[in-house]
Amino acid sequence: MTGQELTLDDLTTALQQSAGQANTDNLDGSVLDVTFEDLGYDSVALLETCGRIEREQGIQLDDCTVEDAKTPRALLILINEQLAEDTAA
Amino acid sequence: MSTPVVVTGIGVAAPNGLGAAEYWSATCRGKSGIGEVSRFDARGYPARLAGEVPGFAAEEHLPGRMIPQTDRMTQLALVAADWALADAGVRPKEWPEFDIAVVTASSSGGFEFGQHELQKLWSKGGRHVSAYQSFAWFYAVNTGQISIRNGLRGPSGVVISDQAGGLDAVAQARRQIRQGCALVVAGGVDASICSWGWVAQLTSGRLSTSDDPDRAYLPFDAAAAGHVPGEGGALVILETAGAAIKRGARIYGEIAGYGSTFDPRPGSGREPGLQRAIQLALDDAGLAPGEIDVVYADAAAVPELDRIEAAAIGAVFGVRGVPVTAPKTMTGRLCSGAASLDLVAALLSMRDGLIPPTTNTSPAPDYGLDLVLTDPRSLPVQAALVLARGYGGFNSAIALRRAGSAQLGKKDPG
Repeated sequence: MTGQELTLDDLTTALQQSAGQANTDNLDGSVLDVTFEDLGYDSVALLETCGRIEREQGIQLDDCTVEDAKTPRALLILINEQLAEDTAA
Repeated sequence: MSTPVVVTGIGVAAPNGLGAAEYWSATCRGKSGIGEVSRFDARGYPARLAGEVPGFAAEEHLPGRMIPQTDRMTQLALVAADWALADAGVRPKEWPEFDIAVVTASSSGGFEFGQHELQKLWSKGGRHVSAYQSFAWFYAVNTGQISIRNGLRGPSGVVISDQAGGLDAVAQARRQIRQGCALVVAGGVDASICSWGWVAQLTSGRLSTSDDPDRAYLPFDAAAAGHVPGEGGALVILETAGAAIKRGARIYGEIAGYGSTFDPRPGSGREPGLQRAIQLALDDAGLAPGEIDVVYADAAAVPELDRIEAAAIGAVFGVRGVPVTAPKTMTGRLCSGAASLDLVAALLSMRDGLIPPTTNTSPAPDYGLDLVLTDPRSLPVQAALVLARGYGGFNSAIALRRAGSAQLGKKDPG
């Protein structure tokens, strides 16, 4: 699915499959700006989730920039930038 | 005299019962948890029987976040820790975080988890290996996860001495209490019933190759030919007798004495270390051999090791001088979980005045043991001794004294 944007739904699915249920039941649009920490996902959970997204999307994310993405919105921007870059290349 | 350290909570996950009540009831009834291996296809292996913890669904006990990052042994340990804390009436959130420590024993870490990730590594490549592999398979993971889940930041650690670890962890916990730590979660819970763990255990040459659950693990029997491995174990809550009495906690018993030794190099001709471990534990407890009402044996079911254990017990207690039992004939040997589970059984023996049986074994008369067989034996138990040996030469012994015994603290709160 290269060329398509990753949505919040895609991200939350990947989070749950990689790292299990979050602290909150609903990972809908309202969690876009909630920090991963508050959602109950620590740095290893994010590492695991990003590993899954990398495999599924065929992209490579920089571990250091991933660490700076504290919310779903920030991480989605990062992933989609990478996806766009790969499509353009 | 050193501060008495007591057990005020227990949590159990055993092949013949999930939870302390279920385990104890099954054990006193002689109900076995040994059967064909179900966690992987063991039909092509020399050993095909195991003691597996029945009916354990981690997601029923633990938050979803914990599942992808934990091996089965950690899931069992987390739940046993929850139960032990609840049993002790301890809500960790109400305690200062540095007051409670965790000391567990481990013998192989999270082998099943590690096996799955190594399989991914070799079949799909490094990018498919779980980030959780970084800690899910290492020795200290049970201590770490129990600490994180409950917010326990006291002086924690892990001990590695195979079966002896189940006692060594409790002894280390007692040291921490005596150095000022308020409460410790201690013991061992292990599980490695996966093909990789199986192969590792087979290298000991001590696994039974029998297919008959009632004939596979026969310690002290002339037909002894190795043991059945199992999974599970127990965790206990330790604190000083004074603290327990002050907060009105129920006291199961005192960790009265501990001894550990290491066997001499094979072929050296020097004496094995088990007898010395027993004597050290009794001396530490200030108990004479005649005051011990039951011995929970290590029960290796390897003729040479059975002979050494029977000789050590005989030398200290005399021929048929003390009731001996090995309820692990109903669970198999649980690696680092085995001795912690025996410790819990010994505490419950003291509570109920009941010694559970050693099942299936017909003891060889020349061992000179008064083995409790078939039915539990009713007997007031004021003090008990638990023995454990770890592969590679570890010997440990813990002497327990009943709550309310004259020497323990001042008085039983009840």
